[in-house]
Amino acid sequence: MKPAPFEFVRPASLAEALEVLAANPDAKVLAGGQSLIPLLSMRLAAPGMLVDINGIGELSYVRSDREGVRVGALARHAEVEGDARAREVQPLLGLALRQVAHPTIRNRGTTVGSVVHADGSAEIPVVLALLNGRVAVASSSGRRDIAAADLFLGPMESSLKHDEIAVEAFFPAIEHDAGVAFDEVARRNGDYALCGVAAHVRVSGGRIVSVRTGYLSVCDVPTVVDLTAAFPDGVVTPAALDDAGDLAVAALDPVSDIHASAVYRCRLVRTLTRRVVVAAHEHAMSRVGAEVS
Amino acid sequence: MIGEKVQRVEDERLLRGQGRYVDDLVPGALEVAVLRSPHAHARIVELDLDPVLDVEGVVAVYTYDDLSGPMAEPLPLLIPHPALTQGRTQYALAKDEVNYVGEAVAFVVAESRYVAEDALALIRVTYEVLPPVVGVDAARRADRLVHDDVPGNVAARMEQSVGDAAAAIEAAPHRLSLDLTVERSASMPMEGRGTVARWDPDTKRLHVWSSTQTSTGLRAAVAAKLGLDLVQVDVITPDVGGGFGVKIMHPWPEELLVPMAAMALGRPVKFTEDRREHFISSAHERGQVQHVDVGFDDEGRLLGLSVQFWHDNGAYTPYGLIVPIITSTQLLGPYKPRAYSVVFESLYTNTVIVTPYRGAGRPQGVYAMERTMDAIAAYLGKDRTEVRATNFIQPDEFPYDQGLTFQDGRPLIYDSGDYPASLEKLKALVGWDEFESFRQEARASGRRVGIGLACYVEGTGVGPYEGAHIHVETSGKVKVAIGLTSQGQGHQTAFAQVVADELGVPFEDVEVTTGDTRRMPYAVGTFASRAAVMSGSAVALAARQTRAKALRIAAEALEVSEEDLEIVDGQVQVKGAPATKVALGTIAVLSNPLRYAFDEASKLATQFTVGDTSKPPIADDEEPGLEGKDFYSPERSTFASGMHAVIVETDPDTCEIKVLKYAVVHDCGNLINPLIVEGQIHGGVAQGIGGALYERMAYDEHGQLQNASFMDFLMPYSTEMPATIDIDHLETPSPLNPLGLKGAGEAGVIPSAAVFASAIEDAEGFPIHAMPISPSELYDLRLQHGHEEPS
Amino acid sequence: MTEPLHDVRLSVNGVVHQVAVPARRLLSDALRHDLRLTGTHVGCEHGVCGSCTVLVDGRPMRSCLMLAVSASDYEITTVEGLADEDGSLGPVQQAFKECHGLQCGFCTPGFLTTITAGLEENPSPTAEEAREMIAGNLCRCTGYQNIVASVLRAAELKAPQP
Repeated sequence: MKPAPFEFVRPASLAEALEVLAANPDAKVLAGGQSLIPLLSMRLAAPGMLVDINGIGELSYVRSDREGVRVGALARHAEVEGDARAREVQPLLGLALRQVAHPTIRNRGTTVGSVVHADGSAEIPVVLALLNGRVAVASSSGRRDIAAADLFLGPMESSLKHDEIAVEAFFPAIEHDAGVAFDEVARRNGDYALCGVAAHVRVSGGRIVSVRTGYLSVCDVPTVVDLTAAFPDGVVTPAALDDAGDLAVAALDPVSDIHASAVYRCRLVRTLTRRVVVAAHEHAMSRVGAEVS
Repeated sequence: MIGEKVQRVEDERLLRGQGRYVDDLVPGALEVAVLRSPHAHARIVELDLDPVLDVEGVVAVYTYDDLSGPMAEPLPLLIPHPALTQGRTQYALAKDEVNYVGEAVAFVVAESRYVAEDALALIRVTYEVLPPVVGVDAARRADRLVHDDVPGNVAARMEQSVGDAAAAIEAAPHRLSLDLTVERSASMPMEGRGTVARWDPDTKRLHVWSSTQTSTGLRAAVAAKLGLDLVQVDVITPDVGGGFGVKIMHPWPEELLVPMAAMALGRPVKFTEDRREHFISSAHERGQVQHVDVGFDDEGRLLGLSVQFWHDNGAYTPYGLIVPIITSTQLLGPYKPRAYSVVFESLYTNTVIVTPYRGAGRPQGVYAMERTMDAIAAYLGKDRTEVRATNFIQPDEFPYDQGLTFQDGRPLIYDSGDYPASLEKLKALVGWDEFESFRQEARASGRRVGIGLACYVEGTGVGPYEGAHIHVETSGKVKVAIGLTSQGQGHQTAFAQVVADELGVPFEDVEVTTGDTRRMPYAVGTFASRAAVMSGSAVALAARQTRAKALRIAAEALEVSEEDLEIVDGQVQVKGAPATKVALGTIAVLSNPLRYAFDEASKLATQFTVGDTSKPPIADDEEPGLEGKDFYSPERSTFASGMHAVIVETDPDTCEIKVLKYAVVHDCGNLINPLIVEGQIHGGVAQGIGGALYERMAYDEHGQLQNASFMDFLMPYSTEMPATIDIDHLETPSPLNPLGLKGAGEAGVIPSAAVFASAIEDAEGFPIHAMPISPSELYDLRLQHGHEEPS
Repeated sequence: MTEPLHDVRLSVNGVVHQVAVPARRLLSDALRHDLRLTGTHVGCEHGVCGSCTVLVDGRPMRSCLMLAVSASDYEITTVEGLADEDGSLGPVQQAFKECHGLQCGFCTPGFLTTITAGLEENPSPTAEEAREMIAGNLCRCTGYQNIVASVLRAAELKAPQP
C-alpha cells in the first residue's frame, strides 16, 4: 500500500498556496493527512499534486472570544482539545474532540481538515452543524464564509471548490442559557461511532425552550434534528424523552452496514438521544443556576 | 531453572529496535508487488502486460506462462488424506481461472515497492466473471460449483464413530438437537508474510529468509519446485512478528516466486506483504455450520452424541483436512460420550483458503460440545458445572482411549489430566457459587449480568519429531540449535533454561538458534502447541547426551569414575570434592584432538601434549567435539486441558457486552517458564475475546471481503480487554516425554466462543447459537425473542 | 518518466540526515529504508495499528501517515533513540523486559514511543489510565495485560528517587 506518484509543493504563504491550487485543478491540500494519506496509500485517491500547507504558520491558531472559537486550518485536534479557553467558550467542541480517533491521530490531524473531509461518521462536522458554525474559505479570487448548513452536500462531499482552502472553522460560543452534551457508541474505543449524538439545549425560566441534536454515523451526512416539539411543557420527563426519540428516528434514515443494522442504529439513536438531552439539560440548568447565584 | 519466571533473553534486542524481521534484511533488494484477482470467481480471458514493460524501474513481470517445470504444476497438497478425494491447490500464479478475490495473477519485480504497485495498475486483465459460491449454505446448495470437476463442492466427507450413537440417542430418556454456526476469523499477526531471497551464482546456493513457522518445510518445497538439490537451499527464519498458525501454511506463491526471480535476475528480491494483501491472500479459519443430536439421562449423562458439520475450506485445500479432523475429535473435550458419531463435509467456496489459526478447529469443536452441555443443563434445570462433572473422564481412568483417530493419524488416547480438580479450581477462581447473589444485586440496580464456562482438552506436541544440536565451545559457551521456528514464544529463553538445568551450565552461557536450516536441517515446524513438548524434549535429550560425553572425557582427565562427577555452573567436579574440577570449556578442548593450536587453551589438545599414543586419537565409538544431538519422536500426542469462565454484563439499552471477570484454569503439565506460559494465555484469551465479540471476515455475496482493514476488522485494543485475567495452574505432568510437558500456545483461545456464548445466554435468557456476536446482533436476538420492542 | 526527488532534512534521534526521496515516500519507509532505522515497524499502513508510531517533537504520531517531505521541520525520535544516555535500556524498555511486556516484538516500538510520551504527560498513571494510554496501539501477542503492567513499572522506574 504505497501512494501513486504526485507532485509536491510546500508553499510558505497562504497566497502562494492559493495560487498553486488555482493553477492545478488536480491538486489536493495536505494538512494533517490523517484521512488523506490512508486514501493515497490505498490508492483510493490519486491527486496529481499535493499542496502541503503545514509550512504556513499563520494558519496555526485557536482563538476564542465572546463570540466563539476560531480554529485555524493548521490547529491540530490535540491543540484545540487542550485549549482551556476554547473549552470554556464552547464546551461541546472539547467533548466531541475527545472522541475523535485516538490521541496519536489527534496529535497530527486538524480540526478544520476533519470539517472539510465531510465524513458523516466524524464528530466535528456534526458539532459545527449543530452549533450553526461556519468555515471561512479562501481562494485566489477572495474569501467567503460557508455556513455549516450549506457545507455538507453528501458523503465525503463538501461545498468547497477545488481551488479553495478552508482557512478557519468558527464554532459559536455557548449561550448563557444553553447546555451541551456529546455521547457515542463505538465498537472499539477510538473507532468511528456506530451512532453518535451531540445535544444543545436552551432553557428559560427553568423551562426548556429549545432542544436540538446532531447525529453522526446514522445517515451518510451529519444531520441535525430539532426536538423542541417533544418538550411542550418545557420539562424533561420519560414520556418527553420517548417522544424525542420518536421525533429523532422519524427524521433520520439510518443505514445498515457490517457493524450495525439500521434497526439497531434506531435503538442507539433513542438511547443516546435520551442520554445527551438529559445531560445537556442538566448542563444548561447548572449554568443558569450558577448565573443566578 | 526449569519452572522459574526467567526474564527473556530475546527482549534486549527487540526493545532497542534491533530485531531483524524479514523486511529489515537485505537492503537494496528488488521489491515485489502482486496483481491479485479482483473477482471471486472468473476465467482469465486475456492478460496484457505491454503497458508495464517500459515502465522505468520495473525489472520483470511474471505470469503463469512464465512458469515452467514443477513451478507450472499446482502448489503442493501438504497433508494428503484418504478422505480428501477432491483435493485442489492453486497455481503459484493463476492459470486460466481465479477462485477467490486475492488470488495471485501476476508478479511484478521492480526497483521499489512503489514502482511495482504503479505497474500493477497498468496490467490489463480481461476476466469472464463467473458466479461465486460464498458461505457454507451456498456451497451446500451446490447450484454453483467452485471447481467444475468437484461435484457438490465437497472436497472431502469423513466419518468416525465409537459405538452406535444413533441407537443410543434413540433409546435415551432425553434428546436435544442444536444448530450452530461459527464465522470466519484469522490469525492476523502484526507482521504479514514476507520473503527475501538471494542466489549466489558462484557457489550455486540459494539463501531464503522467510517469515514462516517452518523453515525446513519451506526449504524442501523451494528445492523441489525450483529443481535444486536440498543442499543448495538454506532457509533462515529471522525474527517473526507473530504467526498464530497462518505462517505454518507453505509454500505461499510468493515464497517460491521470490527465489525463482532472484535466481533468474541475479539480484536479491524481497516480498513484503501489506495488510490488505494479508486479508485477501493469506488464510482464514473457523467458519463452520454444525448440527448436534444428543441423548442423555436424568443426570445429564451423555448416552449418545451425533455431530454433523460443514466446514468452509475456502477455494483450495493445501493444508488437507487438519482443521475439520481436529474439530471432529477434540470436540469430545474432557467428556465420555459413550457413543459418538461424527461426519463432516469440507466444502469449497470462492473465498480465501482456510488453514490453521491458533486453536485450529478446536474452538469450533469445543463450541459444539459446550453449547450442548449448556443445553442439557438448561433442559434438566441443572447447574451447568454439575452436568459437566457428571460426564468427566476421572483421574484414575488415564490413559483414556476415546476410540478415534487424531489429526496425526494416531489413536486419540489422553495421557493424563485431572478434570474434577480443574473444575473445582475454576469455580473458586471465578466465584461460581457466589454468582447468583451478585446477579440479584446487579438486577436490583438495573444491570444485566451472566456467567459462563467452557472446558477443553487439547492434543499438543504432535510428531513426527523435533531435534536439537548442542555444541560446547572451548570458551565454555553453549550453542544450541533447534529446527523449529519462533514467532515470539520465547524459545531462546525457555530452551536455554532446559539446557542450563540438564547440562549444569550458567543460563547466560547458553545461546539458542531457531529455524535456521544451516544449523538444524531436520525439523517439522512450530504449530499445534508443540514447541515446548517437541523441541524442549529434544533439547533435554541432547543436553543429557552432551553431559554424558563431558563426564566421560572429564573422568579420564581427572582419573575418577564418571559416577563420582557432577557438572555445576559449567565446571565438571568431583562430588564432595568440588576443588577437583575441570571447566566444560577445557573438556571441549580435550574432546577435539588437534594438530594445530590456535590459542593458549587449544595447545592442551595438540598431538605432542595429549593422548595415549597406543590408541587412535578418536576412539571408534566417539566423534570429535563436545556435542550432543538427539531427536524426540513421541508415540502420540500429549493432552493439555483447561477450563475458562467469564462474567459478562450486557447493556440493556445499547447491547454492548462488557467482560467483568475472566478466569482461566490451565493444565499444561510441568511449566518451563511460568512468565512465558501466562503470556501465552493472556494473548490467547485476547484473541478469543476478539473472536467471540469483535472479529469476523465479512464477505458479501460477490465474494468481496468488506472489512479488509484494521479499521473494520476489529481486533481488540487494550480497552476491549478485561482489567485482569485470573489464572490458576494445575500441573498434571505428561508421562510421554522426559520433562513431563504439555503444550500451552493455543490454549487461551480455544474455549472463547463457547464461554462467551454460555455467559451471554445466561445474561439474556435466550439461546445463543451463532458466534461471534456483536451488539447489533444481540439486539436482533432480543427482538426475535420478544425481549424488546423494535425501535 | 523519472520521478523527481526532494532533498529532505530528517532529524532523527538527535542526528541530522539529508535524504533525497520522492514526494510520495512515507516517513515510515524513509526511516526504515533510507535511514536504515528498521526498529520502526509497519503493521497496517493505514494508521490503525500503531506499530509505526514515532515521536514528532515529543508527541506520538503515525509515521505511516506522514510524508517524509513533510517531516523536515521536526525532531523525530524512534525506538532506537529511547535508550538512556549511557546506553542502558530506558525506563520504558526496562519495564517491558521486567514485565514480559512483549512477545514477538513487532508492535513493541510503537508502544515504547507512545508510552514514553504518555508518561511525560502523566508521570504516575493509574492502571485504568495506563490502559487508556496504550489504547491506540494493537498487539496480537500479549493481550495487553503485561503492557499495562509495564506502563506502571516504567512510571516507578522514572519516578525521582526519594
